[in-house]
Amino acid sequence: FITPLALVLSDTHLKSVEMERFADEADVVIVGGGPAGLAAAIRLKQLANKHEKELRVCLVEKAPQIGAHTLSGACLEPSALTELIPDWKERGAPLNTPVTEDVFSILTEKYRIPVPILPGLPMQNHGNYIVRMGNLVRWLGEQAEELGVELYPGYAAAEVLFHEDGSVKGIATNDVGIAKDGSPKDIFERGMELHAKVTLFGEGCHGHLAKQLYNKFNLRENCEPQTYAIGLKELWMIDEKKWRPGRVEHSVGWPLDRNTYGGSFLYHLNEGEPLVALGFVVGLDYTNPYLSPFREFQRWKHHPFVAPTLEGGQRIAYGARALNEGGCQSIPKLTFPGGLLIGCSPGFMNVPKIKGTHTAMKSGMLAAEAIFPKLTAETLDSETAGLHVPEYAENLKNSWVWKELYAVRNIRPSFHNYFGLYGGMIYTGIFYWIFRGKEPWTLKHCGTDANQLKPAKECTPIEYPKPDGKISFDLLSSVALSGTNHEGDQPPHLTLKDDSIPVARNLGIYDGPEQRFCPAGVYEYVPLDTGNGMRLQINAQNCVHCKTCDIKDPSQNINWVVPEGGGGPAYNGM
Amino acid sequence: MSGRVLVGVKRVIDYAVKIRVKPDNTGVVTDGVKHSMNPFCEIAVEEAVKLKEKKLIKEVVAVSCGPQQSQETIRTALAMGADRGIHVDVSGKDYENLGPLQVSKILAALAKQEDAQLILLGKQAIDDDCNQTGQMTAALLDWPQGTFASEVSLEGDKINLVREIDGGLEHIKINTPAVITADLRLNTPRYATLPNIMKAKKKKIVTVKPADLGVDVTSRLEVLKVEEPPQRQAGRV
Repeated sequence: FITPLALVLSDTHLKSVEMERFADEADVVIVGGGPAGLAAAIRLKQLANKHEKELRVCLVEKAPQIGAHTLSGACLEPSALTELIPDWKERGAPLNTPVTEDVFSILTEKYRIPVPILPGLPMQNHGNYIVRMGNLVRWLGEQAEELGVELYPGYAAAEVLFHEDGSVKGIATNDVGIAKDGSPKDIFERGMELHAKVTLFGEGCHGHLAKQLYNKFNLRENCEPQTYAIGLKELWMIDEKKWRPGRVEHSVGWPLDRNTYGGSFLYHLNEGEPLVALGFVVGLDYTNPYLSPFREFQRWKHHPFVAPTLEGGQRIAYGARALNEGGCQSIPKLTFPGGLLIGCSPGFMNVPKIKGTHTAMKSGMLAAEAIFPKLTAETLDSETAGLHVPEYAENLKNSWVWKELYAVRNIRPSFHNYFGLYGGMIYTGIFYWIFRGKEPWTLKHCGTDANQLKPAKECTPIEYPKPDGKISFDLLSSVALSGTNHEGDQPPHLTLKDDSIPVARNLGIYDGPEQRFCPAGVYEYVPLDTGNGMRLQINAQNCVHCKTCDIKDPSQNINWVVPEGGGGPAYNGM
Repeated sequence: MSGRVLVGVKRVIDYAVKIRVKPDNTGVVTDGVKHSMNPFCEIAVEEAVKLKEKKLIKEVVAVSCGPQQSQETIRTALAMGADRGIHVDVSGKDYENLGPLQVSKILAALAKQEDAQLILLGKQAIDDDCNQTGQMTAALLDWPQGTFASEVSLEGDKINLVREIDGGLEHIKINTPAVITADLRLNTPRYATLPNIMKAKKKKIVTVKPADLGVDVTSRLEVLKVEEPPQRQAGRV
């Protein structure tokens, strides 16, 4: 496995390439401009202003503009936002759609079984808002800039930098202008180093720098492996007659079988036009390599309960992202010398509520509050060592984030029983609704998602219906709607540790599941030019940065690294 | 000779984004959509910065006409090497109706005000595909024009230019001051790296209004309707 820089170093153009990197200093560097990163940035500046201290906070974000890589359902619980910015309404935060109707169903192929949402069940949405998360993130970015945070969208953090003592010194952005074969182009430029007293890593679900940090600092030795799901989403402009603003619909059951975790959402926004956000989530611990989350999503839309809403409408956006489902069993050690993990990266999602934004924001705020007094202490000496702030982890354990996650910790794992979905619902009904998660045991997950696939010969291929072009669509036209693009002449950012494994193992044993779980058509097994055998073709330009391949590859051979900043999807209010 | 070059940069919807027509058919959806610098304008900026690095000109001034967000586009030009920026503030209905004729009048006025020796523009914008601003600006100033340039070299007070035309490559020599519009093969624009974006925050952008330059931006054109292209029909053999 060779990094692009290593390829550059081995190139004969080396002499003409300037190898020194420009470095700059900040007090705090935040990797990732999502809800957690921005909440942390805003909280830091609020504290700095309140105590009249100068604080340089720099935030780097790989998306070309803040919010362009954000994708979420979403029903937002405004608790953390209200704590962060109490006057969010006056400031114009885009929370325009209070939830008015909340519907939960179990679907069968033709019918729908309504399930009453009793007060106290986690999926109850009273008091919450349907939001276009990309717009909320964009608004948070504006608030951060007003407070003096330096935001740098379009620049990806590619490397963690370390002091001599092993503590985190900051990050470096990637080198740009490297050709597909690894050689430097005329416009080659080295990345930049951003040094900080402490670095916050808020890369979202399954961050690539976080992966490195887990190994370096053994952050995962006392927790379970993280488990994930993939969420696919579309935005539809529907017929006005079908529009019911404020209506929230969730379903489980068809088209998934009872042993495959997942379900759907459909939210009617209320922002002046008949816009509906809908999508499908599939747990990545599924066992059948023939399963295609994208095609499950497309066929779900044809269900008699769903299709009428979409008939006569127009699809205007598509995207996908992995989300974490491990809950508190999977939360790693959160702090290490020089850095902290915030947001969906360590993973604070409340799975039965299907909400992780409020906890992500709260984690960012707690991180800021723990760091601030240490940053401004007179005894600080940061030239040669990064700050260690274990107080953040303690404060998080004592906050409502932990209480909330602890109470629901057994719901997702309870799904792993013979009755699958139904066993899980019964467990939830008894132990959560009645006993509020106070049972004295904590169920375990069943290992990493990558290890769950059964060999293809033990499974049956799934017959998916052809897309009809009106309600369901093919993969490539969907990817086009994500607006994703990458500079073509750069090394593919989906790297393989061993080039021989895909055909030998992934295709040989599992029939190439990456062709099916990638929501962007990046992976294709195509015949070799010589005619005998196949090869894996990686269409890196299509990537929507969902991270599913890095998670679900049964050989764990695919390593997602960050491409040149500014590349990736161009989501608008997703 | 002032040694000053004016470079026009336009903020357009990014080329990879799927365009959507507004439900009322008055235009396309721009709110929240990813925008970037018009690719041909990037090439123009790169050429100007190259000329400065060769010490053939002294100062590069980036100009953009549009709303507040056009300043981001100017910042990118500054990060690529432009020295300062001029933001001509046009927003709302005026911005929706802004076309090549008004922009040319603005550029002509600025060229006189800044005593520019050269105006470098992209050959066309990828949103309207007009390919008119360079030509109109030259006409208003009564300057020579070198359009679709794929090679530019300064020779004393003249410019040698290679133009990409249908029949092949045309070599011409024009006097300065002149207007040049950049074609695809003129150069490969450099990246706006993070250190340069940080430094660009310290470079000056001045905001002016078209009226300050004596330009009336009322449009002589009225957009009647914007529609999606018709669905492709199957072919018949």
